[in-house]
This record gives sequence, C-alpha cells and structure tokens, in this order.
Amino acid sequence: MIIPYEQDYYPSSNNPIICFGRFWLKCFRSVGRGGVIIIDAFLCLPLFFRYRAEIRKQLYLAGIRSFGVTSTVALFTGMILSLQSGLMLRDYGQEMRVGTLVAQSMCREMGPLMTALILAASVGSAIAAQLGTMAVSEEIAALEIMSINPARFLVMPRLAAMMIMCPVLTAYTDLIGILGGGLVASNQLNVSWGMYYDNALFMLGTKEIWMGILKAWVFSIIIVAVCSYQGMSARGGAVGVGIVTRRSVVISFLSILISGYFITRLFY
Amino acid sequence: MIELQNMHKYLSGQHVLRGIDLKIESGEIFVIVGPSGTGKSVLLRHMIGLHTADEGKILVDGQDVGSLSDSKLEKMRSRFGVLFQSGALLNWMSVLDNVALPLREKTRMKNVEIEKKANDALKLIGLENDGMKMPSDISGGMRKRAGLARAIVTEPEIVLYDEPTSGLDPIMSRKIDNLIVSLKNKLNVTSVVVTHDLASAFGIADRIAMMNNGRIVMCGSVKEFKASGNDYVREFIAAQKSVG
Repeated sequence: MIIPYEQDYYPSSNNPIICFGRFWLKCFRSVGRGGVIIIDAFLCLPLFFRYRAEIRKQLYLAGIRSFGVTSTVALFTGMILSLQSGLMLRDYGQEMRVGTLVAQSMCREMGPLMTALILAASVGSAIAAQLGTMAVSEEIAALEIMSINPARFLVMPRLAAMMIMCPVLTAYTDLIGILGGGLVASNQLNVSWGMYYDNALFMLGTKEIWMGILKAWVFSIIIVAVCSYQGMSARGGAVGVGIVTRRSVVISFLSILISGYFITRLFY
Repeated sequence: MIELQNMHKYLSGQHVLRGIDLKIESGEIFVIVGPSGTGKSVLLRHMIGLHTADEGKILVDGQDVGSLSDSKLEKMRSRFGVLFQSGALLNWMSVLDNVALPLREKTRMKNVEIEKKANDALKLIGLENDGMKMPSDISGGMRKRAGLARAIVTEPEIVLYDEPTSGLDPIMSRKIDNLIVSLKNKLNVTSVVVTHDLASAFGIADRIAMMNNGRIVMCGSVKEFKASGNDYVREFIAAQKSVG
C-alpha cells in the first residue's frame, strides 16, 4: 500500500511555471497512488467469499439505496430524449423512429453515463467521506499497523459491490429509460407501443448493450479508485474530509465523461 | 532493540525532528516526555514506518525500517502493538469486534477462541461489560482503553503508547500504568510510552527521555531525570508539580 501519511509539501511560489509543474506533478502522483490502491484491491478479489458480509452491505448501499433516484433519473431521461428527438423527427414525418433513437442513446451512452454519475455522487462521495473520516481519525493508520491491508479490508468490498451493481443498475436504467421514452411516444407523439417497441429493438444489437455494460463496469472501477484514494489521502480533520469528498465527486465526473468518450471511440 | 541514529524529519517545511539518537533496549519501559508539538508522536510513528526519516536511520533489531519492502515492513509491524491518542477504533464495529479484528484478520484461530481472547483483553482494561457497545456509545477514555486492548490482544513484543493516560481518571490511569508494567514483567514486552503525565512516567519508566524542540535534551533513569540540572527538565517537573 502506498498511502502517504504526510502531505506533499511544496514551498509557496507565485512563479506560474513552478505552479504549472506542481499541478501536473500532483495529478500524476494522485493517478499513480490511486492506481496502486485499485490494483491492490483487484488482487484481493479472490477473497470475495471471506468478505461476503461486508460486500453484501456494500451491494445494498450501492444498489438498493440508489434504486429510487436511478429509476427517476432513468425514466425522465428517456422521456426527455423521446420528446426532444420525437418533435424533431416529426418535422420529417419520421416520429415512428423515435424508439430506435431512444434505445440506442440509452444503451450506448445515457444509461451507463447517468448511472455512473448518480453512483459517483451518492456512493462515491460516501466512500470518500467514510474513508476520509477514517484517515483523519488514524483508523487507517491503525489498520496498517495491525498489518491489515486497507485496500483489501476497505476498498475491495466496495470495488466488488460497485463492479456488480453498476452494470446491473445500468441495464435497469436502460430498460426504464426506454419505457419512459415509450410513454412519451405513445401519449404525445402518437406512436403506438407496438411501433415504438419494434423500432427500439430493430437497430439494437448485442454490441450496443455490451458496450454500455462495459462502460458501466469501467466507470465503477474509476469511481472506486478515485473516491478511495481521495478518501484515504484526507488530512486535517473535518475540513480535509470535506475537501476530498468534493474533489472525489468532481474528479469522478470528469473521468467518467472523458473515459466514456474513449470507450465509445474504441467501438465506433 | 530499537535504535534511532541521527534522525531528522521535515514536515510541511518545519524541521520537526533535529538529530534524534536513542537506544531502546528489549524489555525496557522507555518513556518520552515533553511539551506538546515537540515531535514525540512523530517520533513514535517513525518506529513503525508510518513516516520515513529524511535523514538518519531507525533500526528495529538491526533492520532499517525505512528501507524495508512492503512485505517485510508488514512482518515487522506484526511484532508491534500501537495505542493511538484517539484509540482509532473502527466506528462501524462493536468494541469487541474491534479488539478481535487483528486476530480475525491475521490468524487462523477459531471464532470462539478469538472472542475469548478479545474478552480477556477487555477484562484486563475494565471493559468486560462494554464489548457489545459501539465506539460512538462510549466515552473517549473508554475508547482509548479499547484501543489498548486491541493493541495488546495479539501479544506483541513491542507496544507503543501515544498518551495512554490522557483523558482517563486517576484510578484508571494507575490501572493502565500497572498493566504496562505487568506486560513487561510477565511477557518481557518492550514499551515506548509518549506522555505528558510525569506521575505516570515516574511510576513505570525504566528510562525517561525529555524532548524539546525536536531534540532529546535529557535521557536517563527516573532518578537521573529527577536530579537533572537541565533547565527544560526542571521547568517541566516544576510545572507538573504546580498543576498536580
């Protein structure tokens, strides 16, 4: 484990070149340390069964507790997509194609993206805050002294739970989003359920579905890596915990968006 | 044996430790006293590799702590028990589970056996009836005592105590002192104690070191410490007498 127990110290400087260099140095250092923590946690995944009680708890927190907000966001995302695209398609007399557009958008992009953003904001911030509180109250140091690897004991159960729940919730989001789109299509665009359903399935191949699931899986790893590292590096009491919690959500959001683009680029 | 050789440490640009030289013998109770903010806890953290020295060496039985690989450091740490200032209990576990944690994670003992050992450790520090409580439901002093139970449950060779008696009532403080001494007498445990409490230090120490401004200004037996002509030591003793 490489958890720094000392804050990186740099003498204050107003030189923009020095500040620019330090910024990138800190970025690379954080990515490196976060990477080491997540690799460590990955290597501990074979201990899944031993930590089943904690993983079950994390599954509940990541999955069941996020169910309500995910359902709402998915439903309205599908409805907005359907309404916006349906109105434009209607100008060309193609509103019956709205099912294709909603299904493709949800499965390829919106489903995994919305799910990951929700999980980063709710579960990710909770991970950062919890581990941050543990770090400032010396609990993580105590684990290290007891030769208990914090990556195994704290990060692995969260990683395992997120790697299971993020794809599951994404599939659920896709479904609810498509249903939401169907509601708007049938009530406001006068597209029958049968037509909407046929069009939704017409272009939807396994590639789109699996790419969405793969994205969700990658996003889950990013969320746990960023939030765990940020949490563990918290210093300086409650203020420090607040800083790392905010930072973990911001970095997770940016990483999800950027990596989402590159995964899409890889497939299309 | 723990040996610190010309150890320097800078934290946030401050020169916190300024050339510390110490030798702590096996089976000894070594007490470090000094005003707040002089680097006592930082010194303690170096001994278990939570900090690395910027200059100098920390040797534990001849092994340089700063140059150990992760696996060797883990092995070396398993010989230590540490009591943190705050107790550092995991908040989502009961007191009993906290004490049992190192046994559950690091040994292949049966659950019944683990619980018995954890209960025995809790009994030693007077928390036998509080095992099922959560850390948030007990006082700061009780949390510290539970932290002590966790530190000694694995029967370590070396125990580091960071302010073991602060926040405790005088009766409990003396009980903890007796426990530290009995660990030495029964199991030949090496103890390094950081404290402000001179009464406690005089009661348990084989040797006392006084730290001030990142340096050891005096190191010797209790008798030598009391008779010391060092200004800081005399001031410290006088201040404690005026308080207590």
